[in-house]
Amino acid sequence: MERHRARLTRWAWYAPLAALLVLYGWPVLELLVRGIREGIDLADGPLTTRATRRAITFTITQAVLSTMATLFLALPLSALLANRRFRGRRAIRAFVTVPFVLPTIVVASAMLATAERTGLTDGPFALQGSLTAIVAAHVFFNVAVVVRTVGGFWSGLAADQERAARMLGDGAATAMWRVTLPRLRPALAAATVIVFLFSFTSFGVVLILGGTRFRTIETEIFRHAVSRTDFGTAAALSIIQLVTVAALVVVDARLRQRLNRPDDLAIDRAIPFASTRERIVGLVVVGGTLTFLCVPMLALLEGAFRTGDGWGLDHLESLTDRPPFLTVTPARAILNSLAFGLLAMVFATVIGAGAAMAIVFGPRRSRRLTDLASMLPLGTSAVTLGFGMLLAFDDDVIELRSSWLIIPLAQALIGAPFVVRAVVPVLRAIDPAMREAAATLGADAATIRRTVDAPIARSAVLSGAGFALAVGLGEFGATSFVGRDPDHMTVPLAIERLLSQPGDVLQGQAMALSCVLTVVTVAAVFAVDRDQRAGL
Amino acid sequence: MHTTHSRRRSALIVLVVALLAAACGSGDDFAASEACFDDPNLDAVEAGDADLSGTTLRLATHDSFFVSEGTLEAFTAETGITVEQVAAGDAGQVVSSAVLTAGNPTADVLFGIDNAFLCRGLEADLFTPYESGLLDSVDDALELDPHHRVTPIDFGDVCVNYWTDALPGSAPTSLADLADSSNAGQFATMNPETSSPGFAFLLASIATFGEDGWEDYWRDLVANDVAITAGWSDAYYGEFTAGGGARSIVTSYASSPPAEFLFADPPVDAPPTGVLDESCFRQIEFAGILRGTEHPEAAAALIDFMLGTTFQEDIPLNMFVYPANGDAELPEAFVEFGPLVDDALTMDPAVIEANRDDWTQRWNDIVLG
Repeated sequence: MERHRARLTRWAWYAPLAALLVLYGWPVLELLVRGIREGIDLADGPLTTRATRRAITFTITQAVLSTMATLFLALPLSALLANRRFRGRRAIRAFVTVPFVLPTIVVASAMLATAERTGLTDGPFALQGSLTAIVAAHVFFNVAVVVRTVGGFWSGLAADQERAARMLGDGAATAMWRVTLPRLRPALAAATVIVFLFSFTSFGVVLILGGTRFRTIETEIFRHAVSRTDFGTAAALSIIQLVTVAALVVVDARLRQRLNRPDDLAIDRAIPFASTRERIVGLVVVGGTLTFLCVPMLALLEGAFRTGDGWGLDHLESLTDRPPFLTVTPARAILNSLAFGLLAMVFATVIGAGAAMAIVFGPRRSRRLTDLASMLPLGTSAVTLGFGMLLAFDDDVIELRSSWLIIPLAQALIGAPFVVRAVVPVLRAIDPAMREAAATLGADAATIRRTVDAPIARSAVLSGAGFALAVGLGEFGATSFVGRDPDHMTVPLAIERLLSQPGDVLQGQAMALSCVLTVVTVAAVFAVDRDQRAGL
Repeated sequence: MHTTHSRRRSALIVLVVALLAAACGSGDDFAASEACFDDPNLDAVEAGDADLSGTTLRLATHDSFFVSEGTLEAFTAETGITVEQVAAGDAGQVVSSAVLTAGNPTADVLFGIDNAFLCRGLEADLFTPYESGLLDSVDDALELDPHHRVTPIDFGDVCVNYWTDALPGSAPTSLADLADSSNAGQFATMNPETSSPGFAFLLASIATFGEDGWEDYWRDLVANDVAITAGWSDAYYGEFTAGGGARSIVTSYASSPPAEFLFADPPVDAPPTGVLDESCFRQIEFAGILRGTEHPEAAAALIDFMLGTTFQEDIPLNMFVYPANGDAELPEAFVEFGPLVDDALTMDPAVIEANRDDWTQRWNDIVLG
């Protein structure tokens, strides 16, 4: 009986990996096999052209620049949210996720409006048809990743070590450099990898803000698979994409292994502001980052409240009826978005938290594979995954491709890495002494996990869950390939539909709906993400 | 022996060239895909009078498909067949996923394949033939496939639009005017590989200037500072006057002026935009029964319904295109502000299929470098 259970437990470590292999590995493999069977022209095909090589170089360049710029802009705010307690702290954490759910076309048109107003339409810093525009948009979308991943982990690190360093005579800067940064490295690594992968596979931003001049591996996969129905070349490009991402994840895992050490954890290291000077610095940091995030959103507000003859609530009020071209009322679309978002969140949290446990405590063999399998979906083209699901989930084994369940499941694949990356550093930092003490007191492994690990990991799980919710609310490219019932129309889709017809009224309604989505997102993420340990 | 062989081959080449020239007819030497309109040797579906009630059909469409509430329900009331609609991305995505799942389709009927993609779908054997009895009311020029694997449902024109008050000079009257220096920096269009109206405009330029002239025309457009966007929305609402942009000429639809009129805020007496007639390229959208369906007869009934006047008269104000059935009545705004041009540009789908990848590649080299 006991042995039976032990064997069962051992197999249970492989459950998250199995789920990922079925939901992600199988579809991708099906598409690659199909593409390879159609024939890949390696010698003289599109793969060897200068354009493809340029696309690969540009993909990596823009992803590196986007990641660096995101870290640069988001770290001060992360530091502030982790170290100082003030009113509105939790609201800011929720607010930064808003860009995540706004449709690219809305953000792009807002950025274009900003560009025209600030005169940044030409030159190296043009916010239109330039590398700057692409990087700026990626920063806009990804600030949340750093603020929540690094900030969340940071607030849970006990401040004793820095205090000791300061007492031993180190200045604030030295203590930061020598003590805090090394301790933050696991979370920094997690955020860096996620931001890099997001920028690496970004599609809409590159197409719309790049003004179609720039090509990435992702846009090339779309071009060949969708515009040219050339699945062979698309498969070859997908393989290039997968190999690059896998190499990155493996290198990152190696690096993180060296960081794998326990640390002192705290309930919340944040303290109130100590002086007026600190308050001013805090105000500048919050003000600066929020201005960057808000400027494009202001264009939204203007669009939503400007009516034909001045300002008013007409567009918002008109949302209670079903606008033309929408299959459902906006209220129903909001409910749909919330339902898909919540389901995606539950799936992502179950898969992600399970995977994080397997990565930290599971048998050696399962660790690396689970780590790799949980990160790959973030770095995989929506085209590859979406088309792969059409091939894999047909009637033969499971008829999932025609079911609405596929939408939250696909979204969960994108949400799960956030949960994994938020939870793993925290689990790794749990002091073995604490677990040993529990074991000495007679607790078995399951009890230890329940009473020691679980409470500490909880806030990290919730932070990751908040992300998964935002991913679900924001709709995800792969699901558009699978097909959906028009009654299941979500808010981002509704916005795009309204913006695909001429007419002032429709444009105003689209902007009004974007504002509603913003409010819904902040409220939903705020509600899920009550970071009790950090008291945020 | 050797001579006979090569003589036979040259005879074959002459024959093929002659066939190609006949297929194009325009006098321009466009290559055409031969396989597209070959007889598929498939059994056609016959409309029967079996009781089909209780059947559930899946209708795959692009995201822009939209009908009024109650329209599909009227079909259910009539036949007892329930219709589940599945929207699967834009027109290109829908065709690509259908090709990927050919023979084992995700739906029973597909709506939204247009003349630009038609041969790609036909060559992949997507459809089962069915000749609807209602085709008598449809203009023969819309039918295209002689084997009735697809049925025309609607059509519309992709046309260059201009914002009358924002034009620097007089309204353009030809495609060449867009490359004229008086319109420098005024024109925005879309990448033909990511946008279906963008592709239609590329075809319009090829149909107008021919295989020898279209590339020079695009070089002139580039020299005249044309803006290229990925999709219709970022051109119309990003670059064009409608969204506060700096350009007064844009690729859009013949039906855009009526839409500007119907959804104006505050209301207006006439649309602020006009259409450049010479630029209009005809797009025809088809529906077809997907090969591999388990419900061919119910699918045929749905095709008949989509070609019937109830559905056809619902099309204009929902999808802003014209009904294929000539018996359907048009709404007033369409008659007044969206008249169809008589001689819209067209191109044989077999020619489009044979040249698409080459043309878009050359377009890429000229425009995006």
